Amino acid sequence: MTVKAESLELFIEKAKIAAAVVSEISSFDEAIKYTMDLCGKKEACKLLVSGCEEGLSNKAEALCATKTGKTISAPALSKKEITALDKQCEENGFALIKDSVRNHLGGIDIAFTYADHGIAETGSLALSCPSEELRLATMVSEVHVAVLPKSTIVDNSYDLESWMEANMMEANYTAFITGPSRTADIERVLAIGVHGPLELHILLLGDK
Amino acid sequence: MQDAKNLKEYRKEVRESLDNDFLRTAMDNFAVAYRGSRANAFKGMDEKSLIADIAGAKDCAAANIDELYAKFKEEAEKRGAVVHLAKDAQEANEIIGRIAQQENCKTIVKSKSMTAEETLLNHHLEDLNLEVVETDLGEWIIQMRHEGPSHMVMPAIHLSRHQVSDLFSEVTGKKQDDDIQKLVKVARRELRQKFVGADMGISGGNFAIAETGSIGIVTNEGNARLVTTLPRVHVALMGLDKLTPKLHDALRVLKALPRNATGQAITSYVTWVTGSNECAVAEDDRKKVHFVFLDNGRRALAKDPVFSQVLRCVRCGACANVCPVYRMVGGHKMGHIYIGAIGLILTYFFHGTDKAKNLVQNCINCGACKEICAGGIDLPGLIKDIQARILEEEGHPLYSTFLAKMMKNRKLFHKFLRIAKHAQKPVKAKDGFMRHLPMIFAPDHDFRALPTVAEVPFRDMWAKVKPAKVADPKFKVALFSGCVQDFVYPEQSVATVESMKGKGVELDFPMDQSCCGLPLQMMGEKEACKEVAIQNMEAFEKTDCDYILTMCASCASHLKHNYVKFLGHDPKYAIRVQEFADKVIDYSSFMNDVLGVTEDDFLDSAGEKVTYHAPCHLCRGLDVKSAPRELMVKAGLDYKESAEEEVCCGFGGTYSVKFPKISEQLLSKKLENAAETGAKTLLTDCPGCVMQIRGGAKKLGKDLDVRHIAEFIADRRK
Ligand code: SF4
Ligand code: SF4
Repeated sequence: MTVKAESLELFIEKAKIAAAVVSEISSFDEAIKYTMDLCGKKEACKLLVSGCEEGLSNKAEALCATKTGKTISAPALSKKEITALDKQCEENGFALIKDSVRNHLGGIDIAFTYADHGIAETGSLALSCPSEELRLATMVSEVHVAVLPKSTIVDNSYDLESWMEANMMEANYTAFITGPSRTADIERVLAIGVHGPLELHILLLGDK
Repeated sequence: MQDAKNLKEYRKEVRESLDNDFLRTAMDNFAVAYRGSRANAFKGMDEKSLIADIAGAKDCAAANIDELYAKFKEEAEKRGAVVHLAKDAQEANEIIGRIAQQENCKTIVKSKSMTAEETLLNHHLEDLNLEVVETDLGEWIIQMRHEGPSHMVMPAIHLSRHQVSDLFSEVTGKKQDDDIQKLVKVARRELRQKFVGADMGISGGNFAIAETGSIGIVTNEGNARLVTTLPRVHVALMGLDKLTPKLHDALRVLKALPRNATGQAITSYVTWVTGSNECAVAEDDRKKVHFVFLDNGRRALAKDPVFSQVLRCVRCGACANVCPVYRMVGGHKMGHIYIGAIGLILTYFFHGTDKAKNLVQNCINCGACKEICAGGIDLPGLIKDIQARILEEEGHPLYSTFLAKMMKNRKLFHKFLRIAKHAQKPVKAKDGFMRHLPMIFAPDHDFRALPTVAEVPFRDMWAKVKPAKVADPKFKVALFSGCVQDFVYPEQSVATVESMKGKGVELDFPMDQSCCGLPLQMMGEKEACKEVAIQNMEAFEKTDCDYILTMCASCASHLKHNYVKFLGHDPKYAIRVQEFADKVIDYSSFMNDVLGVTEDDFLDSAGEKVTYHAPCHLCRGLDVKSAPRELMVKAGLDYKESAEEEVCCGFGGTYSVKFPKISEQLLSKKLENAAETGAKTLLTDCPGCVMQIRGGAKKLGKDLDVRHIAEFIADRRK
């Protein structure tokens, strides 16, 4: 299946409106390189606008202190992919999380995932994640990098009905993700990253 | 929350809200921004048909609520969840408390759930010594301040950044900055720590899909994802009205919900949870999942022919976002737990007459909520119906019974108006206003000058102003003048007659017509409304007319829509009342669309600069938007659109007597917006609006001439 040019264009436009960063790539290696660069530029656990210097209660502070160095989680990759990623992390001095993400709730820097589908109408990603690791990684990380094969982009959510219904035949957890986590709860001012990622990067993977 | 004991106390609360400048400004800014972003979000979509689809699907779900529940339970339990049904709030709380105890839970993280607020779940859990933390930023803030939410979607809109910063300083024990971005990051890390140790997560659910026993949750912050993932036990509490047969229904609602709530095409996260998912800290690695459905009157509501449509509500909060009254009084001065238009209604059904009886009077009937409701609910109509129900339950107040008695009897009512003409002599000034208001009104009512009753009512002039018989009339029209144009502003009716000269219109004025009955409806006097409707219908049946023309937008929309509602189900009247309603038309639509006047009918000279006020009952009640504007332009007037032209002027008939302070605020906004156009004349299509805006301009000494559009159209006719 190939995606219509208009749908791809609409997807990119809508995802950007939702404050996602969208780039095109042509291989998995490029995705790893992108992630390494991003992690390199990022300060460890730097919550963008406010650094870790903001005053916290002692308990919250203690949780923050559990985090040391830059961390990446990529729970759903194939063995081959994970080996490649691990090698790159080692070279760059980043820690690839291999145990449970639950042990890193103080925050991880980057979650690296594949998305199952893109929805052009709203610029959303659709991600089936019955695996707790995958689910958690996309929630507690500060940056979420998702690889989205262009061929999986559909026009609107109705087009995903049969796929979702099939998921729902058994216990399942499917998410639509559109841009980073946001709130407008204080004086209606938009603030990014209240609970989930502060940045969402979508890497559109072209057909070879 | 609402706890005023009577209307007087309630008015006092309302006044306090009106004095809260911070809240007022926040709500004003929001109201203006919201309108723009909502329109943008729906651009290019067939909004009306989407709303109709949702309404149809929700009605169908309500009719099958028991079957859907049974199906949901079966499917969800197949997939490892446990499903409960609670008949009322207490039972729901007990079920959840019991789950917590059986699962040996101590701490709970919660993501926003209106249903849990409806049952006051937190109180119950805290009484059981459980620690409950709200994780939605706004909810967390108000939880720590021991307040209730003041908006369905923005619970903390009443607080400033400074208040939040003070609160956070207190909570963290460290001095906090005023910077919102930083405050949000502090909240992120403080709350993360709460997630780490929580044993149980409680969420709401926006959709419950029977076919697969799945729920859908819509959030921007992502806290619902953490709440449903990290703790070993997950409880979702939802109203039975969230049940829907298939995923498709949920996806359809999802198209409208965020667009209507905040003008977003979609929220950051939509989470679909089916059954018991993997959870590393749970026994056997499977999460304990409980879905608790709350009845609390919903099944009875589903069977009610009039009110079942309430169950279409998707809790988008849009009806509060556009309500001009809510915008001013905010928070719980307009609702108990659920707020805004739907709040007035749900308070009655979920929290009882006592909580609702004062609140329910605080609707000006402007129809703004009805126009944008995602479920197409006739909110103002239902609010009036509830008012009528409460009158039946609690007995009619004296003034209400008195007015109802008098208005049912046309002759008595008109005699009263004629007596008033003499009685007003001592307070009557030369300019057509009363010099001062009678004592019973003062001082809250002194924000607008009131007109005096005219020397000669229109009905007494009719024989003189009646146009000569047209040989071969193109249209036969019977005038419905309404009380105000008959007894206070007869010149508006005269202008109407003049503006049609030479266009082949045969006019009639049935003498047996009386007040349209809207004031009675506003007071909830349903029975009197019906009787008046029958009288008017019979008066017009005697004429052989094609159109029943009224120059009052409120009368027009009442005659057209409500008469059918009152009488349509009675076989004795059903056909007749429909015929009557079909003939009703407003002035501008008749002139512009039916009679089709053109530039050629008007003087060649340039007309003056005018601005316009769109009466609620015209632009929304009758969906007439372009006719008056086109008419002004054709007549050569230099029409300047004013800001918020379609927002209520604050008249609302008896409403402005009941809530003068609110009426005054709406009026002053209207006058400000009109002044900004630079026009010295404001035209409108309703004598009530003329009375309100002209009276306000006079009181404030503003240089603004307020007229019925017919008067300027008549003047400009060739
Ligand atoms: S009709 Fe107007 S005043 Fe009444 S609830 Fe709706 S928006 Fe508010
Ligand atoms: S009544 Fe309508 S507008 Fe109000 S919250 Fe419910 S769906 Fe939204």
